[in-house]
Amino acid sequence: MKTLLEIEGVSKIFGSVIANEDISLSIKEGEILALLGENGAGKSTLVKAVFGLVKPDSGSIKIDGEVMESGDTAAAIAQGVGMVHQHFQLVPVMSVTENLILGDEPKKFGVVSMKRARSEVLKLSKHFSLEVNPDAKIEDLPVGMAQRVEILKALRREVKLLILDEPTAVLTPQETDELLEVLRKLAKRGVGILFITHKLREVMAVADRIAVLRGGRLVGTTTPKDSDESKLAQMMVGRDVVLSVAKSPAKPEQVLLAVKNLRVNDDRKIEAVKDLSLEVRSGEILGVAGVEGNGQRELVEAICSMRSRLSGEVFVKGKSVPNMNPRAAHLSGVSHIPEDREKHGLVNSYSIADNLVLNRFNEVPFSRGWIRDLEKVAQNGSELVDRFDIRATSASVSAASLSGGNKQKVVVARELSQQLDVVVASQPTRGVDVGSIEFIHKQLIAARDSGSAVLLVSAELDEILSLADRIAVISDGKIVATFSSAEADRNTIGRLMAGLSA
Amino acid sequence: MKLRSIHYLPLAFVVTFAYFYRQDGLVATSVLYTAIQFALPLALAAMVGIMCERTGIVNIGIEGTMLISAFTAFFAGAILQNTGRGMIVGVLTGVIMGLLLAVMAITWKMDQIIAGVILNILAAGVTSFYYRQNYSIPSTLDPIDLPVVGAWPILGPVLSFHGPITYFGVLIVFTLWFALYKTSWGLRSRAVGEHPSSADTAGVSVTRLRYLNVTIAGAVGGLAGSYLALEAVGIFERGFTAGKGFTALAIMIFGRWNPLGAFAAALFFGLTQALTNQLMIAEVVEIPFQFVTMLPYILTILILAISAGKVRPPAAEGIPYEKEKS
Amino acid sequence: MDAKQGKNFDLSSVFLPFLSIIVALAFGGLLVLIQGIQPLQAYRVLFATAFGSFDGIALTLAKATPLILSGLAVAICFRAGLFNIGAQGQLISGALASAWAGYTFVGLPTLVHIPLALIYGAFFGAIVALVAGALKAYRGVHEVITTIMLNSIVIALADYLTSTPFKEPDQPLTRTPKIQESAQMPDFLGLPLGFFLAIGLSVTLWWMMRKTTTGFSIETIGRNKNAGWYAGISVKKTVIISMLIGGAVAGIAGAVETLSITGRFEPAFNAGLGFDGITVALLGRANPLGVIPAAILIGGMRASASTVQFEAGVAPELVDLLLAMILFFVTAPLLAKFFKSRKENVAMTSGWSN
Repeated sequence: MKTLLEIEGVSKIFGSVIANEDISLSIKEGEILALLGENGAGKSTLVKAVFGLVKPDSGSIKIDGEVMESGDTAAAIAQGVGMVHQHFQLVPVMSVTENLILGDEPKKFGVVSMKRARSEVLKLSKHFSLEVNPDAKIEDLPVGMAQRVEILKALRREVKLLILDEPTAVLTPQETDELLEVLRKLAKRGVGILFITHKLREVMAVADRIAVLRGGRLVGTTTPKDSDESKLAQMMVGRDVVLSVAKSPAKPEQVLLAVKNLRVNDDRKIEAVKDLSLEVRSGEILGVAGVEGNGQRELVEAICSMRSRLSGEVFVKGKSVPNMNPRAAHLSGVSHIPEDREKHGLVNSYSIADNLVLNRFNEVPFSRGWIRDLEKVAQNGSELVDRFDIRATSASVSAASLSGGNKQKVVVARELSQQLDVVVASQPTRGVDVGSIEFIHKQLIAARDSGSAVLLVSAELDEILSLADRIAVISDGKIVATFSSAEADRNTIGRLMAGLSA
Repeated sequence: MKLRSIHYLPLAFVVTFAYFYRQDGLVATSVLYTAIQFALPLALAAMVGIMCERTGIVNIGIEGTMLISAFTAFFAGAILQNTGRGMIVGVLTGVIMGLLLAVMAITWKMDQIIAGVILNILAAGVTSFYYRQNYSIPSTLDPIDLPVVGAWPILGPVLSFHGPITYFGVLIVFTLWFALYKTSWGLRSRAVGEHPSSADTAGVSVTRLRYLNVTIAGAVGGLAGSYLALEAVGIFERGFTAGKGFTALAIMIFGRWNPLGAFAAALFFGLTQALTNQLMIAEVVEIPFQFVTMLPYILTILILAISAGKVRPPAAEGIPYEKEKS
Repeated sequence: MDAKQGKNFDLSSVFLPFLSIIVALAFGGLLVLIQGIQPLQAYRVLFATAFGSFDGIALTLAKATPLILSGLAVAICFRAGLFNIGAQGQLISGALASAWAGYTFVGLPTLVHIPLALIYGAFFGAIVALVAGALKAYRGVHEVITTIMLNSIVIALADYLTSTPFKEPDQPLTRTPKIQESAQMPDFLGLPLGFFLAIGLSVTLWWMMRKTTTGFSIETIGRNKNAGWYAGISVKKTVIISMLIGGAVAGIAGAVETLSITGRFEPAFNAGLGFDGITVALLGRANPLGVIPAAILIGGMRASASTVQFEAGVAPELVDLLLAMILFFVTAPLLAKFFKSRKENVAMTSGWSN
């Protein structure tokens, strides 16, 4: 077998962060190499270097024996590299066909021939048996289908090496299995596959070889035969990891959060939450499991009064929370760890201390009447920085200077330090290192134990399974089933998430 | 199609015209002729906006581009005593302004609104400092008597006998429409304006395409300025673009970033202004002239207030493209 | 803009504007040289006239007064992420309103009449800004276009009002009657009273931004609107409040001009004062205290423009050119890059409707 890709001594530094340090790897024809590592280990940077999206500071990358010109996507494509990105590289308002031909359009006298393009797309989709509707707009497609377009986009250019960056993050377990099957088929045709993930099960299921990255460095290569999940986890994190979270059984008491017959639109004005009801009791964590984009974001934002409810009501401690008024939701006792900390959770140019009072700056003791008490703000800041283990020189440095995990800890500290009745945590550990994940999980359990009702929304089924006392499965804007953590079964939940019956 | 009002424009046009034509044929056709003259600089300026924004660059410096191009076109025309060469200088000035915006917005990744405002203030400063009185161009650009069309009844006197930039401008509108929707340049430009990283990963250079489009747009802006100085009035005054560059942005939005839509909106604007002028001159209604001056500005605000929220601008508009992100 | 304004003072916030002024003067000099005029001679006259004598400084500060205020009007809106290019229109509205209040009310004591006329100016400045603020808040219309359009509308409207209902009777000029003596703002310590008013407003607004909840709300939505909404700040209300503050301050700028300099309203007065406010605000790094030195510099240039023409033969529009250059260099990051990596900026660009 011929060697397809040879990475030799690649290093890349972003500012003060070493993303890749002296990494060497190779892939042969027809081989599936899984690149494993936790968030921030440097996986994305490395594959982006191979695809010419990132220019390495040193080292060389050879494809099919030819040295690749670094930092040139067009050259990478020409040399037969295709990439399926974690965030789909598709233009939402354009059709499947338009997206597939972009950059290499069939032309007649400079004019794009849509007829030829369309038939090309149909041929392509038939050839790889990946069925798509060439005329559908990307923004109207379900995620799994959009990913199929993304894969076809890569395959269209005579791909020798296919890179997939966290392709299963947005898929149901069943869709994931289908994808893995597609990868096996492509490998049989001789395509080399570089597959990034942090999910151990998938690696064990599909990889020929496994390379593990940690802190920007290659810590080792192995095969599924010579390894098991806990060994891989140990390699990834660099120490023994407890895959499960220690917690005492829940002692649920009165209902603190009740959602009744809620209907909510998404940004495209399409109904995303459909007549949904749920209850969370004091002292329990209700986990909402589901594939992303099934109404979770809209549900959370409606509970927190950030998004208009079409109908239905949200009650905290039996009192109705007004519509479209985040402040009122906060005052009635809702803490909210938002899904997107950069967009909603933080003001990056503010100090940590100011971020820690972002939703309380106009409350006693942080202000008296119209005047803010900056001393109290600073005091609260240094207290919480210590208590929540935020790694920063002081509370007066800007949030922008923090790592993802520490930024998230700022948000968690602000929300959980208030000891409110209801905690709504949306994707609380996304893009966060393992150490911070453990810490945040402990804090959520502590909030539960102190009597809060915790609503946990996460796309990571493992997170739900290990934290939640009850699990509600959401699909197409509806709660399709609820389990106690004891009766929860990964397979059943997976089928329900995919919209199938249990 | 949500924004219906735009589809009524042609209808309103025909009905109004028919009414006036019955009243006084000569005046009616001359109002339409003037409407085209009012509309053309707005349409061209709107094309500048469309070309930039479709690739994701907000250009609020159209006003300044037009002003300084009108200035250089006029004075070059006057000093060389050659109106045609003046026009070439005007267009080249537009190219320079386009490049300047491109450097600020693309290379330096400046806030695009601030970059545009700088262009406007720069143009105002330069034109007022170097302005001199007692210059004149030999003549305005010669109008063209269209062969067959000119002889048509009713439409002949409306469509014929405009200057060369007018006809060329209309050609630009249709060419841009075709290029935007039918060629690979258009597909790539639109992709860059909507979702630049997907174009980048497909091997399209976002920076190169944005530079190209903003620069060509600058040339069109220069042409619009030359039109004002060399074809429409044949003079130059300080600040005489009078907000047309901003009105053009409203026209672009009203036309939903579509060259033909914007052209229709510009014609509507031109018609409103020509009609109001006619009403004032004919003393049909007694409006203080200041209110006539206000009309396009009020219309601009109204149009924006109505279409805001109903139209969807190119998604990547105003956001500098960052290639290297970990 | 500073990571946390005021708290950790860094040298670049002073050094960068200074450097950009020097570079702008150098470039401006080249452009002057094209005309065959010695730039150094022109600059020497410019600065000697503006800052070389007590009378010169007094005139400079008088010219700086409306610029401090219009700079503040732009700066406060900048803080909220709004680009208020409409200071010009707001200022004219305020100037006309205070002129009306100044000549209409007869027999008021000075201590009542001046504040009343100032309030009229502030109110009508704020009204104009409110139109743009409300359109931004409730319809998502970008404030840059609305404020520019409102500038032209206000200018036309002011022209109409001064030529018809508010016209001074029995004379041909388009202008209002002269304001009553009781409305004329006196000098204080040889300097116009308005100057002290402008300094007072700067300090007050600086304090407001730093110490009050309103200031924090404005700052927050300017830096991250979404986080502000999440944190329970009403974005709509804050946008409108910022525009109202900006409009009122610009209106006061116009009122001070009317009550202490011009004594009446004429359409040709006040030209460019609001636009200079943009340069002042950017040069002062959108800091309410930073606008003071910026305005004094530009005020000095404006004050000595005619002397420069007389003594060095350069058209007074030289100042326009220099200001454009200064604006270019102070905002372009190329100078900043020499000694400092860029920080998070308040983003103004957000599409036309959101």
